[in-house]
Amino acid sequence: MTSPTEVFAYQFMQYALLAALITGVAAPALGTYLVQRRLALIGDGLGHVALTGVGAALLTAGSPVLFAMVAAAAGAVLVELVRQRGRTSGDVALAVMFYGGIAGGVFLTARSPESTTGLTGFLFGSPLTVSAGDLAVMAALGAAVVAVAVGLRPWLFAVGHDEEFARAAGLPVRALNLLTAVATAVTVTVAMRAVGLLLVSALMVVPVATAQLLTRSFRATQHLAMAIGVVAAGTGIWVSGAFDTAPGATIVLLAIAAFAATAVGTAARRRARDRSPGARPVGSPPAAVSR
Amino acid sequence: MRVTVPVVHLSEAVAGYGDRPVLHGISLTVVPGEVVAILGDNGSGKSTLVSAALGLIPLRSGRAALFGVPAARFRQRHRIGFVPQRVGAAGGVPATVGEVVAAGRLARRRPFRPARQDDRRAVAAALAAVGLTDRERDPVATLSGGQQQRVLIARALAGEPDLLVLDEPTSGVDAASQAAFATTLRGYVARGGTVVLVAHELGPLEPLVDRAVVLHAGRVRHDGAVPRPVGHHADPGHDHVHPHAPLRAGRLWNGGVQP
Repeated sequence: MTSPTEVFAYQFMQYALLAALITGVAAPALGTYLVQRRLALIGDGLGHVALTGVGAALLTAGSPVLFAMVAAAAGAVLVELVRQRGRTSGDVALAVMFYGGIAGGVFLTARSPESTTGLTGFLFGSPLTVSAGDLAVMAALGAAVVAVAVGLRPWLFAVGHDEEFARAAGLPVRALNLLTAVATAVTVTVAMRAVGLLLVSALMVVPVATAQLLTRSFRATQHLAMAIGVVAAGTGIWVSGAFDTAPGATIVLLAIAAFAATAVGTAARRRARDRSPGARPVGSPPAAVSR
Repeated sequence: MRVTVPVVHLSEAVAGYGDRPVLHGISLTVVPGEVVAILGDNGSGKSTLVSAALGLIPLRSGRAALFGVPAARFRQRHRIGFVPQRVGAAGGVPATVGEVVAAGRLARRRPFRPARQDDRRAVAAALAAVGLTDRERDPVATLSGGQQQRVLIARALAGEPDLLVLDEPTSGVDAASQAAFATTLRGYVARGGTVVLVAHELGPLEPLVDRAVVLHAGRVRHDGAVPRPVGHHADPGHDHVHPHAPLRAGRLWNGGVQP
């Protein structure tokens, strides 16, 4: 087995590690709000939409990050508008947009000189090809996402938890919802290089799902999810370097393995506590309500 | 002569959702210190009336004012404590009782700034007022339905409002929580608070209520003393708690009040 010192002796591996760590901390920080709002799959849809931006960038020799961000942000704002309308056809509208995004990306890329081979790196991630310039952009965007997700936690929590109350309290609900949507788009763009557009959503959702098995508060869920994201991303890059596996997929599989192990562990602990007499297990229904 | 600015004022208010008007010209005035109950059966427009009065939905015609300011332009939102009608206080990610109640302070906080001493003190006081001080660090989802409702009331109280608006606060709430809730409300009113309370049935809250407004099909049917229950509801042994019986409640108010 190759030790971390050997793996990270190369500069491209150091860049890959940094890119993955930025993604690992930013994606779950924002993803906590998506899981709270039961919009866990929205990141996946926006990843599809971002692909059209990537296709346009490949065709015009523009910046994939910039184009992807613009496409994903436009998609995110549209999603938010559809959600605010609360239309029953919203589900179908989202499907049309998401598949339109992926088809548009493939269509545009096929017209470009790089052809579809250039697309694979964006679909499944290519952290080993991250440049110093890419890294600077990722760090700036990732810092912005974390600043919003952590700094505005009470506000974003309140709007996601009870929008009606938030409106009555005079919070800028629409602005906060749009901010969440745009921050999701930015997160998709940040994660694009590390894990790829098709796997972005996994890092937004899986660490949060794992964390909430262990936590009692929203704040602790967000913090633990960020820690899990960082560990999965860092370990994933090392494993991919040591065993020559696909980095994006390795990171996501590690995150899912952590989730599975945690789920089994907490279930076993609960069963053990159920068997011990006299103890009321956490999560059991409260004492009977008198009517 | 002292002129009192009404806390809530609606005149000839018409409002609804989409193409469907729900309120057909409602006039209502609530003065400071009053406890007003809004009664009526399902679909009579009680919740819509609350939304219109708080400026959460636009009026087709008529006027709505809060503390003398048109409701849509009212900015001192910290003066209002709203308890929306909800099934529970839990969400998609775990949250503690303290976190939910702290949301009630946001109308008084600046974005990106941490909570101050005042905020923490108000959250603690609100939790004490609903008798949930020892549950502050517990996940909301582990509380009973009645306790979760008290969490939402504590959230409204945490903003230290002048007006408390409660939409069906006691529906589906166990007797112990109803009694705790009545005590909470009594304390709030004693400190000079104004209350608008939407309910099917008043139960243990009845002695607190100064005035009842009964809605029927989007119009005010009665505005005055609390209507006296009739039928088996008047039975002294009847406990007034049957949260899932809106139709029976409807018969109560229709039968008890004839204009």
